[in-house]
Amino acid sequence: MGEEPQAKVLTSLTVNKQPYRLALDPRTSLLDALRDEIGLTGTKKGCDHGQCGACTVLVDGTRVLSCMSFAVMNDGRDVTTIEGLASPSGELHPMQQAFIDHDAFQCGYCTSGQIMSAIGCVNEGHADTDGEIREYMSGNLCRCAAYPNIVAAIRQARDATRKV
Amino acid sequence: MQPFSYERPESAAQAVNAASRRVRDGTTPPSSPVQFIAGGTNMTDYMKLGVMQPERLIDINRMQDAGLNKIMVSDQGIRFGALVRMAQAEEHPAIKSQYPIIAESLQLAASGQIRNMASLSGNILQRTRCEYFREITWPCNKRRPGSGCSAMEGFNRQHAILGGSDECIATYHGDFAQSLIALDATVEIVGPKGPRNLPFSELHRQPGKTPEIETVLAPDDLIVAIHVPALPWAKRSHYLKIRDRQSYAFALASAAVALDLDGDTVRDARIALGGVATVPWRSREAEETLKNRTLDEAAAQEAAAAAFADAQPLKHNAFKVELGRRTLIRALFETRDMKV
Repeated sequence: MGEEPQAKVLTSLTVNKQPYRLALDPRTSLLDALRDEIGLTGTKKGCDHGQCGACTVLVDGTRVLSCMSFAVMNDGRDVTTIEGLASPSGELHPMQQAFIDHDAFQCGYCTSGQIMSAIGCVNEGHADTDGEIREYMSGNLCRCAAYPNIVAAIRQARDATRKV
Repeated sequence: MQPFSYERPESAAQAVNAASRRVRDGTTPPSSPVQFIAGGTNMTDYMKLGVMQPERLIDINRMQDAGLNKIMVSDQGIRFGALVRMAQAEEHPAIKSQYPIIAESLQLAASGQIRNMASLSGNILQRTRCEYFREITWPCNKRRPGSGCSAMEGFNRQHAILGGSDECIATYHGDFAQSLIALDATVEIVGPKGPRNLPFSELHRQPGKTPEIETVLAPDDLIVAIHVPALPWAKRSHYLKIRDRQSYAFALASAAVALDLDGDTVRDARIALGGVATVPWRSREAEETLKNRTLDEAAAQEAAAAAFADAQPLKHNAFKVELGRRTLIRALFETRDMKV
């Protein structure tokens, strides 16, 4: 571990089943590590303060905000980003397909976070009703206000969604 | 963000030692150069804002001590390990059925992602969302002692009407804490001199002349568990949260209520109030008003009046007096009418 504030900390992450070993400034958020160190820019930086949900990823299968966690704290963890959802043959994850089918976005900036959060929401068992979907998705803001279509997409994908 | 070094101890004892080595005299826990981090949902935010500037972070997530990640429910009550996440606790079947007040106060807090991350011990120590505290260019007695309080004459709609002082009226925003104080919880702490237990009601300090000191903890004190003593009648308990948005917002007013009823008569009551005070707030005045009385409109009104009798509203938050009373009254009736 780093004794001096400037010291880089070696960190192992598995991202979308690929192992990475990174020497990180401890200040690097998991979000910045994914985007700037690994080059996976599908995860978006919205507010960078845990208020918008655009940076949502799965860590060990659980949805979290990658902006609110230092990457070094995730040493040894298994991270899934939007880039890791489609099958190797290119078949979309049912949640991705549902977002397309229901036109559940306009500008698209919040979409990767919405999809990752939606998968978490379904896996947690909180997508039984529209009201429940809205409540458990309230940490993901869409300033284009595509909310009705997002709810419809989650409803469609709910039963088809496999655990990732 | 100020550079910091990072360490990841494997036990609570190691974590406390690591902190003790770097504690500096005269620093309060919030201003200490060494900080513990668990979920990080509060700490990373305040570090990005420059409100907190630790030189060393001690990541306590990998501590291996028994029970840190466990919830144990027994005839004695509940023991929450300090690293249990909010989402784990809110989903626990025995907590949902026997202590609904706890499950509800967690479920209505923050967002799904944040509840998956945030530890229970970090949650109870969360710092205020006062806008003047968060923005480092404003004077703030809590952030920079002696610099003045910008909220007093500023935009104070969110601020506290109970427990404030001339130096600080920053609200304590937590929800879970209200159910803990209502249920007589205690916290188990490991410090440099060993373990000790503390009533939850004595953990937080009202701002008084020293708003920069928020709890009785030392910078190298680590909470390792939260205990809730058994209370069979907590089955009839409820957390009501009123806010600007329907979800993902802090309370403008909330009420945590547990009732022990004999028919319509109140044998005993527990009442705590959120969103209106500078610290987790138990209203024993309201509880006393209700004991041995029929819980009707008049009794509820009296309890609510007692709860807010000492309220000190300012320019923009005066609405919280009436909102707080109505929130409590509604919570009392909703709790009374629960089918248990």
